[in-house]
Amino acid sequence: MPFGLELAIKLVVIGALIPLTALVLGYAELKISAHMQSRIGPYFAGGRWGWAQLLADGVKFIQKEDIIPDNADRPVFKVAPVLVMISTATLFVILPFGPGGGFIVRDLNLGIFYALAISSLGTIGVLMAGWSSGNKYSLMGGLRAAGQLIAYELPLVLAVVGVVIQAGSMSMQGIVEAQIAQGWPYVFTQFVGFFVFLIAGLAELSRTPFDMPLAESELISGYLTEYSGFRFLFFYLAEYASMFALAAIASTLFLGGYGFWGVSASWAGPIFFVGKILAIAFVIIWLRWTFPRFREDQLQSLAWKWLIPLSLANILATAAFKVVF
Amino acid sequence: MDHQAMMALSEVAVSIELETPEMTLNIGPQHPSTHGVLRLVAQVDGERVRDIKPVIGYMHRGYEKISEVRTYPQITALINRLDWVAGYANEIPFIVGAERLMELEVPERAQYIRLILTEMARISSHLIFCGSYPLELGAGTPMFFALRERERVLDLMESVTGGRFHLNFNRLGGVKPAAGAGSSTRKDVQDLPKGFYEGARDAMGRVLAVCDELDQLISGNEILFARTKGVGVMTPEQAAAYGVSGPNLRGSGVAFDLRKVEHYLPYDQLDFNVVTRHQGDCYARYEVRVDEIRESARMVIQAIDSIPSGPLQAKVPKIIKVPKGETYMRAENPKGEMGYYIVSDGGTGPYRLKIRTASFSNISVLSELMEGVLIPDIVAIMGSFDFVLGEVDR
Amino acid sequence: MELRIPGLARGMWVTLKTLFKKPVTINYPKVKETPVPRARGVIALDQEACTVCMLCARNCPDWCIYIEGHKEEQEPEEPGGRVKVRAALDRFDIDYGLCMYCGICVDVCPFDALFWSPEYEYSEHEVVDLLHDKERLTEWLATVPPPQPLEPS
Repeated sequence: MPFGLELAIKLVVIGALIPLTALVLGYAELKISAHMQSRIGPYFAGGRWGWAQLLADGVKFIQKEDIIPDNADRPVFKVAPVLVMISTATLFVILPFGPGGGFIVRDLNLGIFYALAISSLGTIGVLMAGWSSGNKYSLMGGLRAAGQLIAYELPLVLAVVGVVIQAGSMSMQGIVEAQIAQGWPYVFTQFVGFFVFLIAGLAELSRTPFDMPLAESELISGYLTEYSGFRFLFFYLAEYASMFALAAIASTLFLGGYGFWGVSASWAGPIFFVGKILAIAFVIIWLRWTFPRFREDQLQSLAWKWLIPLSLANILATAAFKVVF
Repeated sequence: MDHQAMMALSEVAVSIELETPEMTLNIGPQHPSTHGVLRLVAQVDGERVRDIKPVIGYMHRGYEKISEVRTYPQITALINRLDWVAGYANEIPFIVGAERLMELEVPERAQYIRLILTEMARISSHLIFCGSYPLELGAGTPMFFALRERERVLDLMESVTGGRFHLNFNRLGGVKPAAGAGSSTRKDVQDLPKGFYEGARDAMGRVLAVCDELDQLISGNEILFARTKGVGVMTPEQAAAYGVSGPNLRGSGVAFDLRKVEHYLPYDQLDFNVVTRHQGDCYARYEVRVDEIRESARMVIQAIDSIPSGPLQAKVPKIIKVPKGETYMRAENPKGEMGYYIVSDGGTGPYRLKIRTASFSNISVLSELMEGVLIPDIVAIMGSFDFVLGEVDR
Repeated sequence: MELRIPGLARGMWVTLKTLFKKPVTINYPKVKETPVPRARGVIALDQEACTVCMLCARNCPDWCIYIEGHKEEQEPEEPGGRVKVRAALDRFDIDYGLCMYCGICVDVCPFDALFWSPEYEYSEHEVVDLLHDKERLTEWLATVPPPQPLEPS
């Protein structure tokens, strides 16, 4: 297949996949959170199970009036959600759904490095959204978000270093192949790294217990307060899509990706992969609805005083084991 | 550069502070966490609060003024709406005060029914607190568990009185004996309906179970500890100086409960503890309320076991005129001490009614407690005081 | 020594348990909850019993009952007998936009012309339609439940 056609097909698939993942994970969150709270959740839209609820929400958002506050900085206000969406969408380029070139858009040599670097673009988007809204609450939310996202970049990166050392490669498919060759996924040796990665990832997603930037009971919606309609939909889609992407990266690095205990089949690859992603997404949703949120300074001290030393120790231990064995 | 110069330079670098201007943040009347339309004007420096002033009055409804032109039964219906989460408890000090002026002897059964309904109102008010306080701190699930069991209590109250929140069940001389003053055979006597005792025991069992479930879910949570322990510590001296009452006072170690001091309902015939904690922080106030739910549930079960039989209302004339005089009656409401100062001139309604509400005094201590805390702590402290704007502004 | 499970883990266990239990939601409007017989839903009027004494309108805290009546002369039962004067209702409106469901009107009526009914589905699209006239109020009379058995005291 010529390169241009293959690339175009893959980009179209990814473009369709992003809203689809947001729909599926958003619906999962609505239903799971409802049953955890003894209620039913979406019920009417789409028959008995309410699967069309988010589609109806999407249509509702699109047809809403586009309100931009007077005090807002218009160009920055308009660009912010696009930037956040871009930083999420580009993560999907390196997600390995299966072995071989057909199941990944581009298996870059520095796959995981590229993912971590590009996801920090989202921080700028959030800061732009908070500043340009012309609202003190949004400003505070934006600043809190900036502090939090920058602080938790470090544990995220350091947790991954252990896996890279053990796998010997930074490309996503390379890491999965190393786990398949080994026979068991990295979560057993890198459990510290997995733990740190999940916590730092939750903070990067700004989800409870780290949702100070969006603390609904204090800042209403933080940096999202002034966004309505289609622009809000961008942020919303970006949140669930990046939840998918984060779960995908976690399952690639720690849970074995598209392989299953040393077995790798090209037709079963996507099934295993998506299954692991849904399991991690379940844990993320479960944590959100059980815990209250941290205060900003406690959040920062958790990152700087606990997670970074822990992940540094993890790197040292991994390196020592790699050299010795 | 030698060592001395290096030291001098580092000292200079550390002592230069970043000058940032203060910002006035309006935690405005419309806000999810202010329990109503309370406005807090906060001077903040980044996230730290330098000065905070509460502004009240957005919900002033003129209760004391309208009481001058209403009769006692009408006022009883209206004052349910003061502390709207525990509707029945607002009626009790008013009615008992007016009965004191009339020197009426209320039958035992009526007093026991009043006690049962008041303790149920207390349970429902504290369950709302147990649901909404973790919600303000970020946990969404305890709200649903608490409200699920509150529905059982409200169903019980509905089966007796017909109303869920605003009961209007008191009459001068007792509780409401019958629906309708005529002699029709369709008149429904509003005594306890069949199945009430069993339903009440069942509901109280579930209330006790949900207290344990909430303890497992959120009370032992380390994140909650980090948010509430050591935050908003109120000393007993501060509490006494500002007139704080109720669970807020008992959370600071002062074992003062008006149910043991004043004799407006037969509390002396029941066996219950006064719940206190000595730490005085937000977590202590939260724990006091959870334990008070347990005490109230046990009180309801004791009252059902020992309820006497008898009439529901004392003999009163059709048009009740309260004789001249004035009295102040106070009671232990779920939020604190609620008192009514009734001045009567012999008519069918009071000449002047002054309402002393718990929440008004409770929030006066807020500006002192919130000096130098971070903005998320404002929400934690405000929530732990559990005030209702209907009481603050009347 | 007892293993102390951290509060975080215990909370997660409670949420997980509740995930697999049946939800308590009653799915209105597919399933309707029946309120208790004493529930204060709507007020029903018995026109025959009303003598236009205005006690309910006077005692309503919100002044939401509007009554107009006139005096009618009734034919004497036998020729030469006394002419009886009866009061007849022209207008008996309750404004449910103002009513606070306190029940004072029901309690105070000396002729038992007003009753509580547990019906609750009478919402309207316009606020002005919440003023129920006497025909509508009489319709509710069919839904008033009989007095219920009480706990033996």
